[in-house]
Amino acid sequence: MLTSDFLQELDKLTAKYEKKQAALLPALHAIQEKQGLITPQAEADIAQYLGIPVVHVHEVVSFYHLFHQTQKGKCHFSVCQTTSCALRGAEDIIEYIGKILDLKPGETTADGKFSLSVVECLGACEMAPVMQHNKDYVGCLTKEKINELIKKTV
Amino acid sequence: MEKVITRNFGKANSHRLEVYLQNKGYEAARRAITQMTPVQVIDEIKKSNLRGLGGAGFPTGNKWGFIPKANPKPKYLVINGDEGEPGTFKDRYILEQDPHALLEGIIVTCYAIGSHKAYVYIRGEYVKSLQTLQGVVDEAYKQGFLGKGIMGTTFDIDVVVHPGAGAYICGEETALLESLEGKKGFPRLKPPFPAVAGLFGCPTVINNVETVTCVPPIILNGAEWFAKLGSGKNGGNRIFCVSGHVNKPGIYELPNGTTLREIIYEHAGGIPNGRKLKAVIPGGISAPVLTADEIDVKMDFDSLKAIGSMAGSGGIIVMDETTDMVWAAMIVARFFAQESCGQCTPCREGSGWVYRNIKKLYHGTARPHDLANLPGIVNNIGGNTICAFGDAVMMSVGSYVSKFRSEFEHKIKERVCQI
Repeated sequence: MLTSDFLQELDKLTAKYEKKQAALLPALHAIQEKQGLITPQAEADIAQYLGIPVVHVHEVVSFYHLFHQTQKGKCHFSVCQTTSCALRGAEDIIEYIGKILDLKPGETTADGKFSLSVVECLGACEMAPVMQHNKDYVGCLTKEKINELIKKTV
Repeated sequence: MEKVITRNFGKANSHRLEVYLQNKGYEAARRAITQMTPVQVIDEIKKSNLRGLGGAGFPTGNKWGFIPKANPKPKYLVINGDEGEPGTFKDRYILEQDPHALLEGIIVTCYAIGSHKAYVYIRGEYVKSLQTLQGVVDEAYKQGFLGKGIMGTTFDIDVVVHPGAGAYICGEETALLESLEGKKGFPRLKPPFPAVAGLFGCPTVINNVETVTCVPPIILNGAEWFAKLGSGKNGGNRIFCVSGHVNKPGIYELPNGTTLREIIYEHAGGIPNGRKLKAVIPGGISAPVLTADEIDVKMDFDSLKAIGSMAGSGGIIVMDETTDMVWAAMIVARFFAQESCGQCTPCREGSGWVYRNIKKLYHGTARPHDLANLPGIVNNIGGNTICAFGDAVMMSVGSYVSKFRSEFEHKIKERVCQI
């Protein structure tokens, strides 16, 4: 259930738009920020709040890459695999992370600490190979940089 | 060379209002609202030859002119900051280093088209850009640059910063409108064009971040000054984003019409390790690839179109002689297969088919018909879809196969030899 504080936050959000439904993406971001993922219950709650069918919320959640339906690790690597990054060694970086954490792209470690995602262009090709580490961009990736980030999380 | 779009980049706290005000900040907005009619502003932008810098290169003033004056519905300006075209990262710099220049451009544009509300749609991955712009918008409201009766005039304007959620297709303007309305990003059939029925069914102009950022300097210095900076019907400078195999990847603001050779070798520092150039993507991944002997082309919309490619979003990706072009085509095809929104069958099914074929070629498991079929598949995607994504698959992937055909054929021969 949506808390009254969160409902107030949603009221503020929807007030910016001519139609309530337009606040769906920012509302889902806000829910994910609090819970780390978007659960079927959250989809139902937000659908009820916005007055739209649950299936509509679900198709939006499943359409956009940034919405997660499963809990991601505390340390989430989203490594870009598109051309500029690929030309500068993204494949090696992805393989390296996969090997040392024993993860395939899309997976999370059993202890819930690490996730690996492979994504398309992040719009930061000047620092290729680049990834998003949780929300931050980390560029000019090397194995050493990856090791450091892993050490910090452990 | 005079910097226009990046004039404030690199200054300490360049994103702050007080820094922006030091260099004629908001004077263009004041001048437009107090001394010009909306029609005069539109005419000035038409004369400047400013063109859409998101990729399509459509003349900006003409686009504004399509907004019907008699329509009683509210009009909207939507700023496209869903920068997702691989090789492109200029809007991120504008949003983080000079967001007030964008805001001022928004004010002038809204005044010109008779709009009192603008939405800025920024891709969800750009967390820092979103936070910076939201902070700047809040500050602008407090200081009277946004809201009711801005800067002591009678002009009202509201600006909403809106996050995307990770979908390349939302850079397509009608998909962006759908996404902004809280739906999945499926492009719309046109007509009706957004100028007639756009956001919430109302007349809407959709402009790229960089395009709108060019507007205030045009109002201050005049259309002729801006037009002269560029070449032919491509007014002004633009930001070229250079990445891949170059010594100095980054953004370079240069006049439209600068040669690709100059950008790669003089500005971006040439190719590392003394290697030779093999291929260049001149305007984002959707643009057909160029070979090393085509780099004397002038980098503007018309010149690149004339040689069968496109200036697109200004994203230049450089590939040196060690690049396997079948591999490069595979990466491009994979991108399209991943990012096809799935609405139109030729694109949804075709992009995956193209990727699988090239993957087989690259891994040496293809048969001769896998290569022979490729042109037929891509040509049946292009022109058969609602939006230009399908055309991009056809033009970009098709160009690798036609320009580097011997490498593709070699992959087949290698396999036959192994058998």
